[in-house]
Amino acid sequence: MDVKLPNPVRSAFEKTERDDTVIVNIGPSHPATHGTIQIIAELDGENVVRADVHCGYVHRGFEKECESHTWHNLIPYVDRLNYCSGLINDFAYCEAVEKLMGIELTPRCKVLRTLLSEYSRIADHLTCIAASLMELGAMTAFLYLIMIRDFIYEHLADLTGARVTYTYGRIGGLARDLPPGWLSRLEEILGGYEVFVGRVHGLMDRNRIFIDRTRDVGVISTADAINWGFTGPILRSTGAPRDLRKDTPYLAYAELDFEVPVGIKGDNYDRYYVRMREMDESVHMIRQLVDMLPEGPINVDDRRCTLPEKRLVYTEIESLINHFKLIMEGPQVPAGDAYVAHEAANGELGFYIVSTGTGTPYKVHVRAPSFVHMGGVHRLMEGYQLADIIPTFGSVNMIGGECDR
Amino acid sequence: MTPGVLDTLKERLAGEVADASVSHGMLVLVLAPADLLGIVQRLESEFRFDLFLDVTAVDWPGQTPRFEVVYHFYSTAHRIRVRLKTRVPEADPAVESLVPLYGSAHYMERECHDMYGIVFRGNPDLRPILLYEGFVGHPLRKDYPKRQEQPLVPYRS
Amino acid sequence: MRARTIPIPPAPSSALEYLTTKKDELVGWARKFSLFPYPFVTACCAMEFMAVSSTPYDTDRFGAALPRFSPRQSDLLMVVGTLTHKQAPILRKVYEQMCEPKWVMAFGACATSGGFYQNYAAVAGIDKIIPVDIYVPGCPPRPETVIDGIMKLQDMIARSRHPIFTEEF
Repeated sequence: MDVKLPNPVRSAFEKTERDDTVIVNIGPSHPATHGTIQIIAELDGENVVRADVHCGYVHRGFEKECESHTWHNLIPYVDRLNYCSGLINDFAYCEAVEKLMGIELTPRCKVLRTLLSEYSRIADHLTCIAASLMELGAMTAFLYLIMIRDFIYEHLADLTGARVTYTYGRIGGLARDLPPGWLSRLEEILGGYEVFVGRVHGLMDRNRIFIDRTRDVGVISTADAINWGFTGPILRSTGAPRDLRKDTPYLAYAELDFEVPVGIKGDNYDRYYVRMREMDESVHMIRQLVDMLPEGPINVDDRRCTLPEKRLVYTEIESLINHFKLIMEGPQVPAGDAYVAHEAANGELGFYIVSTGTGTPYKVHVRAPSFVHMGGVHRLMEGYQLADIIPTFGSVNMIGGECDR
Repeated sequence: MTPGVLDTLKERLAGEVADASVSHGMLVLVLAPADLLGIVQRLESEFRFDLFLDVTAVDWPGQTPRFEVVYHFYSTAHRIRVRLKTRVPEADPAVESLVPLYGSAHYMERECHDMYGIVFRGNPDLRPILLYEGFVGHPLRKDYPKRQEQPLVPYRS
Repeated sequence: MRARTIPIPPAPSSALEYLTTKKDELVGWARKFSLFPYPFVTACCAMEFMAVSSTPYDTDRFGAALPRFSPRQSDLLMVVGTLTHKQAPILRKVYEQMCEPKWVMAFGACATSGGFYQNYAAVAGIDKIIPVDIYVPGCPPRPETVIDGIMKLQDMIARSRHPIFTEEF
C-alpha cells in the first residue's frame, strides 16, 4: 500500500558540518534505545560527533488524562510512569496529595511503604542491569537477573494482585495489608537474590570485555552532571553522594542505617557498579524494615480519603454515603499546590499537583528523571564511538513511560 | 536541610519579589516575568541552587494573565527547594530562557512550550519534543479537547 | 479480516488435493515452530515481554524466542505497548518492510484498543494502522496469557493455507 508516511520529527541538523561525516538515524524502534528513543547522530567513521536525541514516542498524555479523573482514579496512570518500579510512583504521588490534605500516615504504613519502595528499586535496578548486560551480549547475566525479578513480580502479585503495574498505593495508606507468609517468602527471595547476584558479580566485575566496553566510556563530571540535571545513580556515579533518602529524608528513611554508594569516574562501569551496590543496600534496608515493622492499621482513620470498611458500607447509611462520595466525586483535596520528590530508581521523581478544592485535580505534573536525563545524554555520547552508545544508553536507564509521560 | 537557610532566603529576597511565602515546607516566590532571570541568577550564584528541577505552567483560563509558569530549584549544598512563580498573559506568553544558566533547561523548556505554548526567549531550539511535527495546538491548555486526535497515518477502513 | 492467502481452486483429482493439503500441513508446521518475532516494544508490556522470553516462561520452547530486530528477517510483529500517533508512521513502515508470510500480535491492552489512554496522543488500537492476527489482552498480560496467544497463533498458522504463489508474489 502506498501511504505517504510523514516524518514525525525534525532533526536539529540537516547537513553535516564537515565533508567526511554522515548522518545516521538510530531508532526509534531499536532494541538498544529501549524502543522509544531516536538518536540522529553525525558520525565520523565510528566516532559520534554530534547526537540529537528525540523522545516523545510514548507520550501518552498522562497530564491531560489526569485532569479528567478523580484523585484516586488516576493512580493506575501514575503506576505506568516508571513501570519498572511501579510502587515508588504510587507512593510519591500519594504523598503529594497527603501533603495537600494534611494527612499523617500510620507508622505501619510508613514502614511498609519504605519497604516496598526499596523492593521496587531492586526490581528496577535488576531490569536496568539485565537489559544493558544483554545488549552487550551477556545473556547469562540477563537470565539470572530476570529470574530474580520474576520471583519479585510473583511475590508482589501475591500482595497487590498484579505483577508489573500494581496500583497499590492509596491516599492515606495502602490498598490492603500483607497476606500471611509474605514476609517469610521475602526472606527466601532475598537469599536467592544474593546467590544470583553473586554469580553475576563473578561473571561481570572483572570481565575483560565488560571492562573494556564500559570503563572510561560515557564519562561525565559532577559539575556537568548537576548542570544538565542528572540525579540518582548517574550523579552518584560521578562521585557526588547526593541521595534524597539521606539529604531530605521522607517515609521511614531517617531511622534506617544505609550507605550511599558513589562511583569514581562517572563512566558506564561506575553506573553499573553503583546500581549493584544500591541493590545490596536496599536488601540491607529491607531486612531492617522487616524487623521494625509495627502492628497497627494500614490506612489512616480519616474519612476524607479512606474508604470505610465494607461491612459498614453495607449496614450503615453514613458509611454508604461516604463511600459513594469518595468513589464518585473523589476525595476533596484543599486548594493549593504541592511538590513532593522521592528518590526513585532513576533519580528525583517529583510530583507537582495543583488543586482547586475539588475531587479531580487541576494539574498533576511529573518531574521525570528520565526526561531530564535525555536532555543531557548527548553529553555522554558525543566524542565516543557508535558502539559505545549501547552501554551508555543502557546505563542511563531511560524508561519510556517516565520520559514521555 | 541547613537550618536557617529558608529564613535567610526569605529575608534577602522578599524585597525584590512580589510575594515570598512558605507553603507546605517550601519557599515560594512570586515575581514578575521581567525579574525572573535576575532572581534565578542570584539564586544560582549566591545561594547555590545548582540543580534546576523543573519548569511547567498552569493554565487559568478565567484569569488574566492566563498562564502561571512555575519553576523548581534544588540546592545540593543546602538541601532545600524553592519554587518560583510568574504570570504571563495569553497574548504574549513569553519568559526569559534559563538555557545560559542550566543545561537541563533545553529540554524542559521545550516541553513546556510544546504543551502550553509558553515561548522561552533565548532558547535556541523550541521544536516539538513530546508531540510531533504537524501537531496544531497546545494540548495541556484547558481549551484543547482531550480526545481531539491528529493522526499522522490515515486509518484503515 | 485481511485476505492473507488466495484459496487455491479445488484440483480435479483428489490425489493432488491430498498432496497440497499435506504440503500445507508441513509448511504450516515448519512456520509455526520457527517464528521470528520482531518485538516492536514501546511501553510497560516490555516488562512482561522480557519475562516471557526468559526463564521460567520461556518462549524458546515454542521456537519463538529469537528476536530479529530487522523487519526483513522477522515474521511475527509483536507490538508491545501503547502506540502513539508519533510512533504510528514508524509502525506502518516496519510492517510494510516485512516480507510475507507475516503475522501481527497486538500485545497488551494498549495495542489492542488503546487501553485506558483515550486522548489526543494514543492510537486507539493498532488495528487502525495495520491488520492484526491475534490480540493478547492484559495490562500487562501475564506471561501465561502471552504463551496462550502464541499457541493460538500457532494453531492458526498450522490450519491456514500456504500457497506457493500469493497475490503479492
